[in-house]
Amino acid sequence: MRIVVPVKQVPDTTEVRMDSETNTLVREGVDSIVNPFDTYAVEEAVRVKERLNLDASITVLTMGPPQAESALRECLAVGADEAALVTDRAFAGSDTWATSLVLATAIRHIGFDLVICGKQAIDGDTAQVGPGISVHLDVPQATYVGKVEEITPGKAVVLRLVEEGHERIELPLPCLWTVTKEINEPRLPSLRGKMRAKKAEIRKLTAEELGLKAKAVGLDGSPTRVVRIFSPLPRAGGEVFTGEADECVAKLVAALTEGQVV
Amino acid sequence: MAEIICIQDQCTGCGACVEACAYDGVELAEGVALFKESCNLCGACVEACPVNAIVIRKELEATPAAGLDDYRGVWVFGEQHRGEIAPVVLELVGKGRELADARGCELVVVVLGSGMESACRELLEHPVDRVIYAEAAELADYLSGPYGRVFSDLVREHRPEIVLAGATTVGRSFLARVAVEIHTGLTADCTGLEIDEEGLLAQTRPAFGGNIMATILCPNHRPQMATVRHKVMKPAARSSRGGSIEKVEPKRKLVASRAKLLALLPEVEETINIAEADIIVSGGRGLGGPENFKLVEELAVALGGAVGASRATVDAGWKPYSHQVGQTGKTVCPKLYIACGISGAVQHLVGMQSSDCIVAINKDPHAPIFQVTDYGIVGDLHEVLPRLTAAVRAKRG
Amino acid sequence: MAQGMDYGLTETQEMIRDLGRQVADEKIKPVAAHHDETGEFPWEIIKVLADADLMGVYIPEEYGGSADGTPGMNMCLLAEELSRACAGIALAFAATGLGTLPILLSGSDEQKKRFLPDIAGGKRLAAFGITEANAGSDAASIQTTAVKDGDTYVINGTKQWISNGGEAEVYTVFAMTDRTRGARGATAFILEKGMDGFSFGKKEDKLGIRGSTTRELVFEDVRVPEANRLGREGTGFMIAMKTFDVSRPGVAAQAVGIAQGALDCAVNYAHTRKQFGKSIASFQGVGFMLADMAMKIEAARALVYATARHIDGGAKRPTKYSAMSKCFASDVAMQVTTDAIQVLGGYGYMKEYPVEKYFRDAKVTQIYEGTNQIQRDEIARALIKEAAGRKS
Repeated sequence: MRIVVPVKQVPDTTEVRMDSETNTLVREGVDSIVNPFDTYAVEEAVRVKERLNLDASITVLTMGPPQAESALRECLAVGADEAALVTDRAFAGSDTWATSLVLATAIRHIGFDLVICGKQAIDGDTAQVGPGISVHLDVPQATYVGKVEEITPGKAVVLRLVEEGHERIELPLPCLWTVTKEINEPRLPSLRGKMRAKKAEIRKLTAEELGLKAKAVGLDGSPTRVVRIFSPLPRAGGEVFTGEADECVAKLVAALTEGQVV
Repeated sequence: MAEIICIQDQCTGCGACVEACAYDGVELAEGVALFKESCNLCGACVEACPVNAIVIRKELEATPAAGLDDYRGVWVFGEQHRGEIAPVVLELVGKGRELADARGCELVVVVLGSGMESACRELLEHPVDRVIYAEAAELADYLSGPYGRVFSDLVREHRPEIVLAGATTVGRSFLARVAVEIHTGLTADCTGLEIDEEGLLAQTRPAFGGNIMATILCPNHRPQMATVRHKVMKPAARSSRGGSIEKVEPKRKLVASRAKLLALLPEVEETINIAEADIIVSGGRGLGGPENFKLVEELAVALGGAVGASRATVDAGWKPYSHQVGQTGKTVCPKLYIACGISGAVQHLVGMQSSDCIVAINKDPHAPIFQVTDYGIVGDLHEVLPRLTAAVRAKRG
Repeated sequence: MAQGMDYGLTETQEMIRDLGRQVADEKIKPVAAHHDETGEFPWEIIKVLADADLMGVYIPEEYGGSADGTPGMNMCLLAEELSRACAGIALAFAATGLGTLPILLSGSDEQKKRFLPDIAGGKRLAAFGITEANAGSDAASIQTTAVKDGDTYVINGTKQWISNGGEAEVYTVFAMTDRTRGARGATAFILEKGMDGFSFGKKEDKLGIRGSTTRELVFEDVRVPEANRLGREGTGFMIAMKTFDVSRPGVAAQAVGIAQGALDCAVNYAHTRKQFGKSIASFQGVGFMLADMAMKIEAARALVYATARHIDGGAKRPTKYSAMSKCFASDVAMQVTTDAIQVLGGYGYMKEYPVEKYFRDAKVTQIYEGTNQIQRDEIARALIKEAAGRKS
């Protein structure tokens, strides 16, 4: 079985801050990491392979600049077998439509039976690329997968995590899943894994190799475009009570009563 | 292909662009900005440049595609679960009415399901011009394939200019498929939707975990689609326009599904869905241990509210995921949100900062949460919470 | 990944360090307080280390390890990173290293093949048994006997304060085979848990490193085959000394890790704690303390790494430097952790904050694997020997 896991290298948004004076992003000391949801996807791919008695191969791929290679190597170190970097200046500025097109084309080029994606990327937060890929590939999808109950070369039974609880879905392969953090606990890399990852050769795929025209991808191929970026309206801090607990509580209750909140 | 340019004569070498870039995509070389391969044209630097020296040039200038004017009407996806219309739909109707009025067109709610007639009639008790109801037994429960194909087919036939859906697990997953199927743009989790001077839908949403806001347009494709989270918009008031229901029977091949829904497993949880609560009391890592959630629960019960949890406590197993508030949890917008022992990391704020009234209790006077509170208490929550609970109980008699 | 001084580490060494740090931050830190309180043995961390291929970083590749030519440095790097999170938990790994060293240094190829792969794979832990109730610093006065009976040795006696005692499966034990020969009358043996007559005493209740398990070993007519004897009869103490020469930098590395962990806490606290309108780190009284702590740690680290390199390079008699690294680093750890508590003031004294644990953990590094008094003794003797050698 050929499993493909698209991953994204993102800035560690937990560290990204806004400078309130200049209204700009402060990225000093912000590391590039593998999108956390994607690490769960890679881990699930490795577990599926283990369940199938290793009768599967896992390819991780990413659309990004050359430095995204380090993200691929991190994935190789935890059990992915091969990696491909889909890189081309033509891809820059892609929105989710163009991104899903590029990734789907690359996945088709590589060959696949199962695509596992992370639920969303923590910089874009759209959760649209996974479903977009499944349409371009014309395969059924299951999003928000929290557990894989059954997996065979022909079909999968998964639990989707939805607002009210879970749904049990059966899908034929080939298919695509997007996974949530409920699904597993990603393993740490092993020393051997890291060494193998360091030496591994990463395949490069360009727009030309994939048969993608510049105007179908990148900024030109994106139906949506960002026209403005600004910092969110800061909510001004209000009153803060300090001192004896009894006093503070009394003041708070009085304030909330007056404001008709309670 | 598109490119990003620094107009060197205008560039002062101030470095604001370097600071604004989250991707290490630009550096200063010989006193002017130089873009690196890691630049992904996100545009943050364009905004940050104080002298407007940075320009993103697209190869194809935006010439409106022919036929865009043929698209008229604002659509709202009428998400339903087991026959009940999801609460977010009425919020979208409220916003949708505004947008339809601004565009001078009709507001339509599109429902997919089975046995939904009375629910559709109920929708018409709100400012909706029409309900399109695609009925099929196969559509009773959500499946991404049939929903995506049926909806796409309806869109191709009716050509709405705007489509809105709730940013729920249903809305997000199938509308993303529709966007690709009909080749148009979709913006997720919008917090602001307005019609701009050119009649386009300006879609505003948070990115980078809420650290920045972005306004997005879909100028050359239709419909312009957006998903909106529950509790972000205000629901429409009841007011009928005497609208009608148009019932359609989708083609057989559209409702066929490769995936099968085998079972629905509702989560057995004693507390209400926190996104519906008017009052939420949340606990964070500052509680110190899972047993201290008791303090939070007692206050919640006294106030008649629900219990929320920060991601740290859910990750540590102190509370199930259904209580998680924040970027990767639920977005809540209650009348009163009380954060106990929560430091106020941006990812948490994103999930609750539109609450009407925010109160925080934290022993650290510098906790970031105090920047968004209306009232705060600096103190030991082991002392404050029991007293607050007692005071609330006394007040309520 | 990690910042700090560039010590010229190889790629493999950097990977070991980075992976060790990841295990420490993601897996050990969250459970350190729990193991300190309950004394539960950290089997779950052993599994993490085993899965990460880290249990065998000091064992040659041919026996299943990943030493890559620098076993000493690898051991030190990993011990330091793990100890930064919890020295007690790290000891499960480090004490296994100590227990394995005699096999590595003096075992036959057959013995190495028999024992090392499982230890390298994290399937079996090891322990080192020399200390007795009446034989601590005076290791030569051990009372445990090993009497030859045909092709077996019958072992009787007890060992005290053995780290990993009861949890490990492989034990390198030192017993007297010929009391008349004094220091040349001891022999090293490999014992295995489950051998008839081999039992364990109660678990000790310790001041620090409570995440590690310390027990008495009891030998009652334990029959050990000749094939489990390490080296020739009478070479016991020589093996022990050679072992300590190699293992002491590892203890030193633990001490450096403990000290670094404590310093990190102290700096973070001093930076955020405000008194008199300023962060206390801006007061020179506190700032100078932090500076002194940092200097001592870096000096200790540099000495440990240099010693590890020296030994990996094949140095014949690294005793003086081994002793220096262990003595210096452990004294530094005790000083730094004491000062760290002071920097945190009242909070430092409370168990709610992690700093007092570092202080409790640091103390043992001045004691085990040879007290610092013994270390100084070794250094002085080495200096005198060198002087005597230069006399002419």
